[in-house]
Amino acid sequence: MTSQVDQSEAVGGSDGEGQGAAPPPSGGRSRPAKPIRRLDRVIIRFAGDSGDGMQLTGDRFTSETASFGNDLSTLPNFPAEIRAPAGTLPGVSSFQLHFADHDILTPGDAPNVLVAMNPAALKANLPDLPRGAEIIVNTDEFTKRALAKVGYAADPLADKSLEAYHLHKVPLTTLTLEALKESGLARKDAERAKNMFALGLLSWMYHRPTHGTETFLRQKFAKKPEIAEANISAFRAGWNFGETTESFAVSYEISPAELPAGTYRNISGNLALSYGLIAASQRSGLPLFLGSYPITPASDILHELSKHKNFGVRTFQAEDEIAGIGAALGAAFGGALGVTTTSGPGVALKSETIGLAVSLELPLLVVDIQRGGPSTGLPTKTEQADLLQAMFGRNGEAPVPIVAPSTPADCFDAALEAARIAVTYRTPVMLLSDGYLANGSEPWRIPEVEELPDLRAEFATGPNHTLEDGSEVFWPYKRDPQTLARPWAIPGTPGLEHRIGGIEKQDGTGNISYDPANHDFMVRTRKSKVDGITVPPLEVDDPSGEARVLVIGWGSTYGPITAAVRRVRADGGKVAQAHLRNLNPFPANLGAVLKAYDRVIVPEMNLGQLALLLRARYLVDAQSYNQVRGLPFKAAQLADVLFAAIGTLEGDEQND
Amino acid sequence: MTEAFRSLKLVPKAESPQSAKEFKTDQEVRWCPGCGDYAILAAVQSFMPELGIRRENTVFVSGIGCSSRFPYYMNTYGMHSIHGRAPAIATGLAASRPDLSVWVVTGDGDALSIGGNHLIHALRRNVNLKILLFNNRIYGLTKGQYSPTSEVGKITKSTPMGSLDAPFNPLSLAVGAEASFVARTIDSDRQHLQSVLRAAAEHEGTALVEIYQNCNIFNDGAFEVLKDPNTRDEALIRLEHGQPMVFAGQGVFRGADGELHVAEVTEANRSEVLVHDVHHPSAARAFALTRIADADTLHHTPIGVLRDVRRPVYDTLMADQLEQAASAKGAGDLAGLLTGADTWTVS
Ligand SMILES: Cc1ncc(C[n+]2csc(CCOP(=O)(O)OP(=O)(O)O)c2C)c(N)n1
Ligand code: SF4
Ligand SMILES: [Mg+2]
Repeated sequence: MTSQVDQSEAVGGSDGEGQGAAPPPSGGRSRPAKPIRRLDRVIIRFAGDSGDGMQLTGDRFTSETASFGNDLSTLPNFPAEIRAPAGTLPGVSSFQLHFADHDILTPGDAPNVLVAMNPAALKANLPDLPRGAEIIVNTDEFTKRALAKVGYAADPLADKSLEAYHLHKVPLTTLTLEALKESGLARKDAERAKNMFALGLLSWMYHRPTHGTETFLRQKFAKKPEIAEANISAFRAGWNFGETTESFAVSYEISPAELPAGTYRNISGNLALSYGLIAASQRSGLPLFLGSYPITPASDILHELSKHKNFGVRTFQAEDEIAGIGAALGAAFGGALGVTTTSGPGVALKSETIGLAVSLELPLLVVDIQRGGPSTGLPTKTEQADLLQAMFGRNGEAPVPIVAPSTPADCFDAALEAARIAVTYRTPVMLLSDGYLANGSEPWRIPEVEELPDLRAEFATGPNHTLEDGSEVFWPYKRDPQTLARPWAIPGTPGLEHRIGGIEKQDGTGNISYDPANHDFMVRTRKSKVDGITVPPLEVDDPSGEARVLVIGWGSTYGPITAAVRRVRADGGKVAQAHLRNLNPFPANLGAVLKAYDRVIVPEMNLGQLALLLRARYLVDAQSYNQVRGLPFKAAQLADVLFAAIGTLEGDEQND
Repeated sequence: MTEAFRSLKLVPKAESPQSAKEFKTDQEVRWCPGCGDYAILAAVQSFMPELGIRRENTVFVSGIGCSSRFPYYMNTYGMHSIHGRAPAIATGLAASRPDLSVWVVTGDGDALSIGGNHLIHALRRNVNLKILLFNNRIYGLTKGQYSPTSEVGKITKSTPMGSLDAPFNPLSLAVGAEASFVARTIDSDRQHLQSVLRAAAEHEGTALVEIYQNCNIFNDGAFEVLKDPNTRDEALIRLEHGQPMVFAGQGVFRGADGELHVAEVTEANRSEVLVHDVHHPSAARAFALTRIADADTLHHTPIGVLRDVRRPVYDTLMADQLEQAASAKGAGDLAGLLTGADTWTVS
């Protein structure tokens, strides 16, 4: 074991077997003569004031790490306020990155390294640090005033309160200013480059390639070359500082991970989702129309899609959420792939229109990037408490298929899957991502376009029904016997003129009908259509084949649950794991899977919404494990829960 | 075949002349006998052939209300949507399908109460939509509550002691919302109604046509003063572009205070009667015209086109941006997009 690594995702003791010879140093520069230690994984957290550029620093370190070939997972965590009061605890912004020489699943439970740009960042993050972790602090910010602002009576750098950690005291601001004294920049501007100094230092510590960051800075500040050069100078100064100063005695090497062959890039959930939507448009041949109203954490999708008009993508920033989905539905009526993107509060506003789409039976994608609720809740934090809203949040019987991605990269495939269902079955579909997936990132094996599903849609072109008198007519609600989908006849098609609306329609003709039996039939038919959607069977992972405890989750808990399962198994525990991606309809084998285990544990970032559905639908004693802290689960925490479940079963046996 | 209407340049032309009958559906019309909606329906059905476009490229979108049943009776594509949202839905359709002629049918409650937000934003965007606002100054479908255009003190089931809130003037609202085309007409005057529809179809962008419509069940006679042969000539100002605004011996003048007002036309002041200019760039004149009627008696109600100015059309601008992007960056290359700039290869 090396000092830097905790056990949060240890796999079969592979941790830190590395006193072995370090491979030749990598990175653009000659390596110092300092010792190099090899690690199999590291968790770093950059923390500072919201104005300190911590998200950018984290992003850059992530890009360097991705291009180096480590597996990685990130957790940005920032306040909802754009400029929260400087130097305060609520104003702290952080970015956590976990990277490894093997496949990992989460941003990590506890950082091995904390970069704290000010006392607030130290104070806010210290409780998460295990003993022995390294802390790099910017001593320049530890002034009496700044300490007092966050309630430090004494300077923690001076007393013994940080004795349990490896503390590196670095005057980051002074060093940055010194490095930039020739730049001619005003002190204030020069100071702002201190995050790049920190990035340079960390890049040295972990042998990150530096070329990408320099190119990035030149592009980002193309219009202000002096700022670009200052940032690059600070970045290099940070690197050189690591190489020369005695305060950093060792550097660390983490070999590239062995991922399946392919070309990779790093991707966040919202970017993957945006690309998935464009891919769905291309693969279906339907022009993409996005109607949306800005809301965190979904706005990035609106921003991203707005950049791709050369794909025939139309983006419409509406006056509100209702208009956003209304316009998307109007476009869908006209033959577009209609999409609306939002978060929970926006879904609430869209409910009535989703119901209309259910009744009109038109394809429509409703993307909900969930965040902490109720009401405005925690706009920048994650939660998965909109499941029941997605499932039931409409008047009348209005079933809507639900798809939930499990990782940032999976947002791409989930978007394609949602589009497949919408287009094939002519129905609105809910795509439930969340803040953690949206902003978190991981390496993604870039698919070949030909590998992507063929989503080609067919519009109706002519009559589909023969009346008793032999005449040929078009019936807008005559269904495909297999899928129960109705024909999609778009304006501009001669002979198929028809009127649809939210009032109940007569089966077949689509004419207004208040007939009781017809309504009963139509309600049941719409439900049968959704129930009959083909979805892949639920896969269960149980290498031992002997597990009696099943852990089942959905959405973004996949990473922490899987990491917990690995821990349990590494310690000899037997646990089966399954993860739901299709939440409506559920996979056909779900009931059988649930019934095959003595205990079913359902961890969720809500108060038990999936568990409620499983209990109601399958009459199983599914047990909830819940957390609504705006943060993902930790692997260690879930592993304890699973151990406890296994333990109680064994206890039962002894009592028998 | 007539010259193409300007707003319908991109809509495919009909191959042969059409008749009003072709625009009727087999659905039984279900308004109350005597409802003004019948007259509007008949006027619209007999007007449509004039557009000279393919029936299948015409779409009527409505919200909810008696008036919003309209699409069921038009043998075109149609959507009877939800309360207040028709402008939003039609915006998505029109913005993505420039080859369609998209019409919105809405009521005073639908357009100005629950859907007020969508209406003003459609107007300011100037999407290629023709909005027909059936104003009966009452909620018809829900059986007679007062509406945002009802006069103060209106006694209805929900306001037994009289309504308290001041009404909207829909056309003032529209001008204030940057509408590029604003007109008013009356259900019973088919010729006038059709002349206004003609001007609306000619207009590129959003056209708002307020149609005074009689609800003979819950607000009968609301516009009687404008219809009764004994009073209408005194009450109506029939606007004609380029013509002095005169009616029944009276005219519209600008007073010393800058306001518009109505006065008797005399030999002395005849030359000072204002000439109606629908294309006047300033919205102030149109706004003043929308205010000239007496809100209580409806005296001096202008009908016809109040404003018709050229302004960039949202859907055209959107299509232009798509074209610009495609010519600047080339048509979208999915493989290139997915790959991006920063990749690494694992073999
Ligand atoms: C969300 C919603 N709220 C309320 C209603 C009930 N409702 C239907 S029509 C209507 C008012 C219609 O008035 P108006 O738009 O003036 O149409 P009219 O019937 O007078 O033509 C109301 C309140 C509804 N259908 N949907
Ligand atoms: S209630 Fe009024 S508006 Fe509605 S159909 Fe009857 S008369 Fe017409
Ligand atoms: Mg009304």
